[in-house]
Amino acid sequence: MSVSIPHEAGAHQHPQLSFLRKYIFSEDHKVIGIQFMFSGVIFLMLGGALALLVRLQLGWPHAQVPILDKIMGDGSAGGRMGYDTYNMLFTMHASVMIFFVIIPLLTGAFGNFLIPLQIGAPDMAFPKLNMMSYWFMWPAFTIILISFFAHGGAASSGWTSYPTIASISMPAGQGFESPAQAGSGWGQILWLMSLIFVGISSMMGSVNYITTIINMRCSGMTLFRMPMSVWSLFITAILQAFALPVLTVALFLQLMDKTLNTSFFLPPGTLNFGNWQTGPGGGQTLLWQHLFWFYSHPAVYIMILPAMGMVSDVISTFSRKPLFGYKPMVYSITGIAGLGFIVWGHHMFQSGMDPRLGTGFMLATIMIALPSAVKTFNWLGTIWQGNLTLNTPMLNALAFVSMFVIGGLSGIFMAATPVDVYIHDSYFIVAHLHYVLFMSTVFGIFAGIYFWFPKMFGRMMNERWGKVHFAITFIASNGVFYPMHILGIAGHMRRIADPEQYQFLKPLMPINEFMSISAFVLGFGQFIFLANLFYSVFWGPKSGRNPWHSNSLEWTAPSPPPHGNFESPPVVYRGPYEYSSPEGEEDYLPQTTPPGETKPAGEAVPQHA
Amino acid sequence: MLSANLVKPGVLPGALPHEAPATQEPLASQFADLYQQREVATLGMWVFLATEILFFGGPLTAYAIYGGRFSDDFVAASERLSVPLGALNTVVLLGSSLTVALAVRAARLGQFRSVSLLVLATIVLGVVFLGIKALEYSHDYAEGLIPGIRFTAEWRPGVEARHAELFFFFYFFLTLLHAVHMLVGLAAWAVLLLRTLRGRFSVRWNAPIEVAGLYWHFVDVVWVFLFPLLYLLRH
Repeated sequence: MSVSIPHEAGAHQHPQLSFLRKYIFSEDHKVIGIQFMFSGVIFLMLGGALALLVRLQLGWPHAQVPILDKIMGDGSAGGRMGYDTYNMLFTMHASVMIFFVIIPLLTGAFGNFLIPLQIGAPDMAFPKLNMMSYWFMWPAFTIILISFFAHGGAASSGWTSYPTIASISMPAGQGFESPAQAGSGWGQILWLMSLIFVGISSMMGSVNYITTIINMRCSGMTLFRMPMSVWSLFITAILQAFALPVLTVALFLQLMDKTLNTSFFLPPGTLNFGNWQTGPGGGQTLLWQHLFWFYSHPAVYIMILPAMGMVSDVISTFSRKPLFGYKPMVYSITGIAGLGFIVWGHHMFQSGMDPRLGTGFMLATIMIALPSAVKTFNWLGTIWQGNLTLNTPMLNALAFVSMFVIGGLSGIFMAATPVDVYIHDSYFIVAHLHYVLFMSTVFGIFAGIYFWFPKMFGRMMNERWGKVHFAITFIASNGVFYPMHILGIAGHMRRIADPEQYQFLKPLMPINEFMSISAFVLGFGQFIFLANLFYSVFWGPKSGRNPWHSNSLEWTAPSPPPHGNFESPPVVYRGPYEYSSPEGEEDYLPQTTPPGETKPAGEAVPQHA
Repeated sequence: MLSANLVKPGVLPGALPHEAPATQEPLASQFADLYQQREVATLGMWVFLATEILFFGGPLTAYAIYGGRFSDDFVAASERLSVPLGALNTVVLLGSSLTVALAVRAARLGQFRSVSLLVLATIVLGVVFLGIKALEYSHDYAEGLIPGIRFTAEWRPGVEARHAELFFFFYFFLTLLHAVHMLVGLAAWAVLLLRTLRGRFSVRWNAPIEVAGLYWHFVDVVWVFLFPLLYLLRH
């Protein structure tokens, strides 16, 4: 680590920048983080709208909705949603949510905003690279939006884009439009290009985070004095650095399969579609699945570990207790990440895998339950007999913990190969992944936004509307996703546009309808959050430096922190979770409090209720 | 690292006289001192190179899997490549690694005239490598080894043409990916040559040369893997 000689010029060296350099092409990690946050929130609305259209179809498969043919074009003539359109909707819902909402929000927004502040650095190690990592998202944003208007529609092969369905697309002389599958032509090509940009952006971000955390910590900030948020973002960055390049290169290969007539993932010319045969070579479709899941399984941990870290900080702060088992928390994150690299095969139990290999993947997957349980029990241990403040960030954090338990337990079902054979590609899987990705991670993101909003903008969000938003989201999301378990066990397939075409699914339609109604409540409930967010940015009450009486370093900086973050380089004397310490007069001791001092230094602000 | 004692002078800013007058203060505002800035630059490059290993690792693994499955056809296809030209290229590239290593050493010793000459030599060798590669590609085209565009696999009975074609997909993907990395490296050297000539580097601050050197060595090592895996399959 670098115990650095204090750099005099620290916060005062930055000259006045023009508006463009300060807010648009900014090299300041906080501005970049907030840029990531707002783009993520905008795409959250798009992804949510796509999900509502999916639920519209599933709840009322034969309804005629007059506006559909206006917004969907020919795919939904007469207001009836076409099956191709439906395929496009769930594909794009997943792609947008994963690659444009959750990953940018967690690593882009919180990673950028929190890492330098929490380790006491004036900025990221590579500010220009940081700016580029945001601006590489823009080609991705643009391309994915254009793909909705592409000939043949946006990508429709599922977010996993398995060949052959994703790859067959080039009938000779007919452009990139496939007679086999709408949306696997131009839409798929644009999808691949867009994700390549996302991949490059995340790669630059992860290089930056790893370097910053290793080399830019302030004096006294040892590795085991870092808050859990930083630890989780560090481990996440390592996951990204080592898993993502494999996806990027696989995207390149599939792109070449589609445009240059190669056949890395296509079997030899046995499949005829229209007047076009698959490419010459003799590749194998299974190779894509291996390369894809080698990234995309670690990716599911990329999509939850940062939320775990942030929730740990929030829970400790509002329980007014030290985080229970800080070091085991760090080790369990590391364990989850390490195991995460060797379990990708559990997505492929049904793809023709040797059962002996499947057993190995099954055991490794079930082992992930151990570090996950360590984390859950440590959160409970932190709450146990704490002096709880049940405000919005805390409620969202508690929702994270409880919903993660449900999502985690249903994960063990599908880790077991024999059970997975039954529930594979059913709604049980959809329930599981939404409990983990939506109800855990998104609650974690909400907790993070409510918690660090005062630091981002120097103002508080509205507490009453925050709680209303929380209540609606919590109830409605359980209403959407809990019944999915039942549907899945009853045999409801995962990617089916019209459940009524099967006799045995007809009795489940009332449940589908209930879920769709819940989904609309959930979707429109988010406008409360948006209104609260935008109102509070401008008109929320001023927060002061440390509204939550929290210990970590970011709360010693002004709100919002200036370019360069701290007035003077901070020096850290203690860990991040010394709450209700018997040696202190107050119930918190910020990390900058020197040994022997009993009062938190700095401006005292009455706690915001 | 082999020359930790040579890196250390950076810890004591100003302890050594400037070799060349720095026209621009090299210390960026987020760092405490040049030592930290150097550590950050090298670590950042190492992390990036780790991601690159995975980036090349994906297609190399795929290549290994297919190579195992269709080994006879892959060997037959590999025989079509010119081993002498590939070997010559290996020598050229390893030579450029030598000039890079010498350039990094010269920069640490403050001999910036040698640095610019050695970097220039590196650029020349890199261009020679790409020239030979282009020559090979033109031979491949003449012999009909370009899948999808011009491909004839009738050079030996019993070779499954589509498997041979798969080999050439990998051959072109991997070597072109490598060539793109070479181009990026050459651009970096051109910028660094310009900066060296303008006196931007000193004994205190020459981390960019070292970082570019790391990258260049990595690109070299990739070729050291590609050459036997693609050219020497029959041996």
